[in-house]
Amino acid sequence: MADNDKDKPVDPHLDPANPDNRVSVQRHAADSEHAAKILGEIPERPRADKPVAPKMRKPTRKGLVQEVGSTGHQWDGITEYDNPMPRWWLWTFYATIVWAVGYMIAYPAIPMVTQATKGLLGTDYRQEVAAEIERFDQANAAIQTRLAEVDLTAIPNDPELVNYATNAGGAIFRTWCAQCHGSGAGGARGYPNLLDNDWLWGGTLEDIHLTLQHGIRDPKDGDTRYSQMPAFGSDGILERAQIDQVVNYVLSLSEQPHDAAKAAEGMQVYADNCSACHLEDGTGDRSQGAPNLADAVWLYGNDHQTLTRIVSEGPYGVMPAWNARLSEAEIRAVATYVHGLGGGE
Amino acid sequence: MQLLEKHKILEKNATLLLIFSFLVVTIGGLVQITPLFYLENTIEKVEGVRPYTPLELAGRDIYVREGCYVCHSQMIRPMRDEVERYGHYSLAAESMYDHPFQWGSKRTGPDLARVGGRYSDEWHLDHLRDPQSVVPESIMPKYGHLMNRIIGPEYVQDRVETDALVGVPYSEEMIAASVEDFRAQADPNADAEGLQERYPGAQQRNFDRQPQLTEMDALIAYLQVLGTMVDFSTFEPDPAR
Repeated sequence: MADNDKDKPVDPHLDPANPDNRVSVQRHAADSEHAAKILGEIPERPRADKPVAPKMRKPTRKGLVQEVGSTGHQWDGITEYDNPMPRWWLWTFYATIVWAVGYMIAYPAIPMVTQATKGLLGTDYRQEVAAEIERFDQANAAIQTRLAEVDLTAIPNDPELVNYATNAGGAIFRTWCAQCHGSGAGGARGYPNLLDNDWLWGGTLEDIHLTLQHGIRDPKDGDTRYSQMPAFGSDGILERAQIDQVVNYVLSLSEQPHDAAKAAEGMQVYADNCSACHLEDGTGDRSQGAPNLADAVWLYGNDHQTLTRIVSEGPYGVMPAWNARLSEAEIRAVATYVHGLGGGE
Repeated sequence: MQLLEKHKILEKNATLLLIFSFLVVTIGGLVQITPLFYLENTIEKVEGVRPYTPLELAGRDIYVREGCYVCHSQMIRPMRDEVERYGHYSLAAESMYDHPFQWGSKRTGPDLARVGGRYSDEWHLDHLRDPQSVVPESIMPKYGHLMNRIIGPEYVQDRVETDALVGVPYSEEMIAASVEDFRAQADPNADAEGLQERYPGAQQRNFDRQPQLTEMDALIAYLQVLGTMVDFSTFEPDPAR
């Protein structure tokens, strides 16, 4: 065997002469040196149920040292110190318990058969909010009564009323009106701009006031401002070609790019179908909410496509009536605010 | 502290731990569940609240599906600023037919509890298609795709029956006529009598201005009824509540 070994070439991975194998060689040497310890002298472990209190020493505030006990929990020989919860945490915890008991006595808390317990303080959100609203109503009562009772036309001449109405009206506008007319009252496509001089139903204080009270085409208000432009296309009143002609004619009224030949033919279509509301010269009729077609202000847009759609389908802009939601003084305040935005007449 | 020592017995005995855990959960559950059996007594009786029409119910499902509740609450709290902005504070009765309710506690958008009638259908159309076209500062996403999604009445009756099962007082007649009512509400030319009789005050019109019945119709029908059922000009809040 020995002869055979000699004949074999030495495996470089096992050769002690190879410096790369030295770690392994050293470990083997160390293992054999401590073989007795490794195999024989295993120290006895404490029993799981009775861990030895660790020899940990904890200095107290007085400078003494004190043993910290064990919780008795042990995992793989690691025991858990029985340190107390941080004092700040513990006291906060106790405080919340005391607070909860006090809260349950003071406020409505425990559900009973028909309703919850009332609580010693007698808190009632309904009464609180009613009282709060009442307080503000009373603070404003004097000027609101005056605003509601005074003649509408007299408001602009009374600086105190104008001042109040503009501020209160602005707040109401931003709450209830801004969603359509924009927070700056600049309007949006289909929702009139309130800053300019172009009014559909009139821009005097009385007109604005009436529009606010009863709305426009509000199905729930019998006195609402009402008119309806026919759907010339979808109801089959005009031919497609006629609509094209009248759209070109309408574009010519405000001197916008148009087909002159079609516009000339559209003139008759306009006279037959549109002039009753929008008038012969296209300046519109405010008593019917028919917009001026001869100016540069357009509610839905002034391109050929939009006008064709409007003529075909008929616009039907709706504004809700506000007399059910706002008080007379509030409506007057908004009217004054809108009237004072720049376009008021 | 003697008692706490005894606790170790529980900690070391799996069966005991299970039994006592169950006991604790039972007590906690009873405290929370028992009051629900008296719920009927705690809801203030209010005139005017009716179950949703089938179309409104379908719109409500779309509202839930699209996650509107993530940004919009439906509960006006009894505080002056909220009452000034949104209208009368919400009453429990107003959401008693909601399964599940849409109260919510977080508002990215405004509260919608009383959005019904506040805007025109046209506004809702414009706003749902492109919120920024009417409210430039809005961060609401666009929902124009609802206009292209046609809804049929396949599941309408099942839906109404399901709500009836959990306690919404839909009558036999309402359930039987649910498909008819579903179609009638979005059709201004349909006979309104039956619908009005079953659901007083139901608004009947073509909500999305399209000939087809789409999800937009249903959603706007739902939005337009929110908070409009109770007439607050005659409602007297019970001060004991």
